[in-house]
Amino acid sequence: MAIIVDTNTRLVVQGLTGSEGSFHGVRNRNYGTQVVAGVTPGKGGQDVEGIPVFNTVAEAVAEAGANTTMVFVPARFAADAIYEAVDAGIGTVICIAEGLPAHEMLRIYNYIRPKGVTMLGPNCPGALSPGKANVGIIPAEIFRAGPVGLVSRSGTLTYQIGHELTQLGLGNSTIVGIGGDPVVGSSFIDVLAKFEEDAETELVVMVGEIGGEEEEKAAAFIEAEMSKPVLAYIAGFTAPPGKTMGHAGAIISGSAGTAEAKKEALEANGVRVGTTPTQVAQLVAERASVTS
Amino acid sequence: MDLYEYQGKELFRRFGIPVSEGRLATTPHEARAAAVEIGGPVVVKAQVLTGGRGKAGGIKLADTPEEAEQRAGEILGLDIRGHVVRRLWIERASEIAKEYYLSITFDRGAKQPLFMFTAEGGVDIEQVAEDSPEALVRLYVDPLEGFQPYQARRLIYGAGIGDPGEQKQIASILESLYAAFVGCDAMLCEINPLLVTPDGEVKALDSKFTVDDNALYKHPDIAQMRDTAAAAPQEVLAREKDVTYVKLDGSVGILGNGAGLVMSTLDVIALAGGRPANFCDLGGGGDAEGVVDALEVITSDDQVRSIFFNIFGGITRCDEVARGILQALGRMTIEHPIVVRLDGTNAEEGRRILADASPPNLHVEPTMLDAARRAVELAR
Repeated sequence: MAIIVDTNTRLVVQGLTGSEGSFHGVRNRNYGTQVVAGVTPGKGGQDVEGIPVFNTVAEAVAEAGANTTMVFVPARFAADAIYEAVDAGIGTVICIAEGLPAHEMLRIYNYIRPKGVTMLGPNCPGALSPGKANVGIIPAEIFRAGPVGLVSRSGTLTYQIGHELTQLGLGNSTIVGIGGDPVVGSSFIDVLAKFEEDAETELVVMVGEIGGEEEEKAAAFIEAEMSKPVLAYIAGFTAPPGKTMGHAGAIISGSAGTAEAKKEALEANGVRVGTTPTQVAQLVAERASVTS
Repeated sequence: MDLYEYQGKELFRRFGIPVSEGRLATTPHEARAAAVEIGGPVVVKAQVLTGGRGKAGGIKLADTPEEAEQRAGEILGLDIRGHVVRRLWIERASEIAKEYYLSITFDRGAKQPLFMFTAEGGVDIEQVAEDSPEALVRLYVDPLEGFQPYQARRLIYGAGIGDPGEQKQIASILESLYAAFVGCDAMLCEINPLLVTPDGEVKALDSKFTVDDNALYKHPDIAQMRDTAAAAPQEVLAREKDVTYVKLDGSVGILGNGAGLVMSTLDVIALAGGRPANFCDLGGGGDAEGVVDALEVITSDDQVRSIFFNIFGGITRCDEVARGILQALGRMTIEHPIVVRLDGTNAEEGRRILADASPPNLHVEPTMLDAARRAVELAR
């Protein structure tokens, strides 16, 4: 099974003809993902290493059967690209682009939620279901297939934890980057709920960071709704208030959004929180050997 | 990006929210000239990007231009919670009959803008929320529908505003504030206090205004309001070089790739008993140019005693990063000891490249925790 991306994914890359879009689009296809189309207005009829390019997402859906989009256009065109994809009937939107104005994402979020669209990002590395599909910029080489679901607001930190899991002989069902912006298309809860339903996932690692209250909400959800074990890591204990730490969403506002508050909420709901990425991987290994 | 009171008020004025007449001054002499132009009693207000100005002696009344000059001399140069006063806002003094509180924030949890309004203004709003939550009216706006007139009525009646003249003015201010919030891509617009004069005129006596950095490209006029002198000099240099950097107050300089990994690196330094000097994210790449720029920013902080490179190689492989580091070190002189941890794609090759070149002062460690301990040790 896996979640969000798998062998049924038929991907259109918005911005396929750009340097980043073509690099990652072709990489994703070489991994085995069905990359069926690209969209660049004005470049319809061309192709990128055999991937046909269309002028509109509607054509990519009608002619190539695309059901998932990867948005690789510059930030100022990203909102338009997302609306275009959703209005063309795309059900899964993965927005790699970063730098979207928060108000634009707020409107997108409120527009797509009632339509039941699944969205990851903006400012996310995408999703990888090892052995099935890779959509985004995650380095697939360092991950193996296995029972651990991984969901994170950060890219490289997730690769670090995944890499340590691989070294301990553990693999992943799906690795999901939800993105580092203040408002993203899917929350931890949305992804945890999908992992709970997924037959291949036996336990979940959740990687959070300072800013917002999604980790706290997830803690309550885990306690109330999840039968599968969840382990967590939180980054940013030493971050000062009022400073944006790289990710637009990683900011402690007043006294809200601290790493301590998130750790306490998780632990109060029975979720163990590792103090380093290495320790989280070790906790997963202990838990996995108990589970299997 | 946070704006000064006078900058926020300028935006308020553009959107039709009444504010008092005022002038900017950076010297006592200018403050005097401003008071002459305004005429009558003025308030001399320190412009700093922090709260608590009043208690710190940063806001003073002056009845005459001479007095304004004198007060300005007292306030300029004051240190208010680590912010040195370099700008003053000289404003026509207002008589105060009532003080309300009004704000709109970007509620990332609810994914909607949130209005907060109370007749108990002029005080700490968190205190009001705690002591008399029923007095604080909260109202969410659907960003797709926009602000509707009925929502203004709910806020006004909810806060118990009975005077028809005030109701009318506040309804208009609410609409303008929503327009300013959306129109400027703000994360916060706060008016505390929203003032009612003895004549029944309602206006913004203060402003707190925060604009989304990612939207500044749409608002060049707001972007140029940034006061570079108010930021740490290292952060100004970082902005020039397009390096993602935050100044902290420790002695271990930090450089890594990816915001989450760098935050985690700061935490691991603290666990190892040290204190990070900065946050610095190289992003996805690790090319020599990016490394040089980042190192220049990090070493411009003279509290730095050692430098910790924490790299996880993904698509950018560790051997490429190792070459980038060596090239960078060949192009500049770094006197601090550098500890490198490389992990991920081609990590062994990367480590071997560094070991073979073995530049002076460069230490390669296998794990993040080992490297953190070493960097902390070397910073002592």
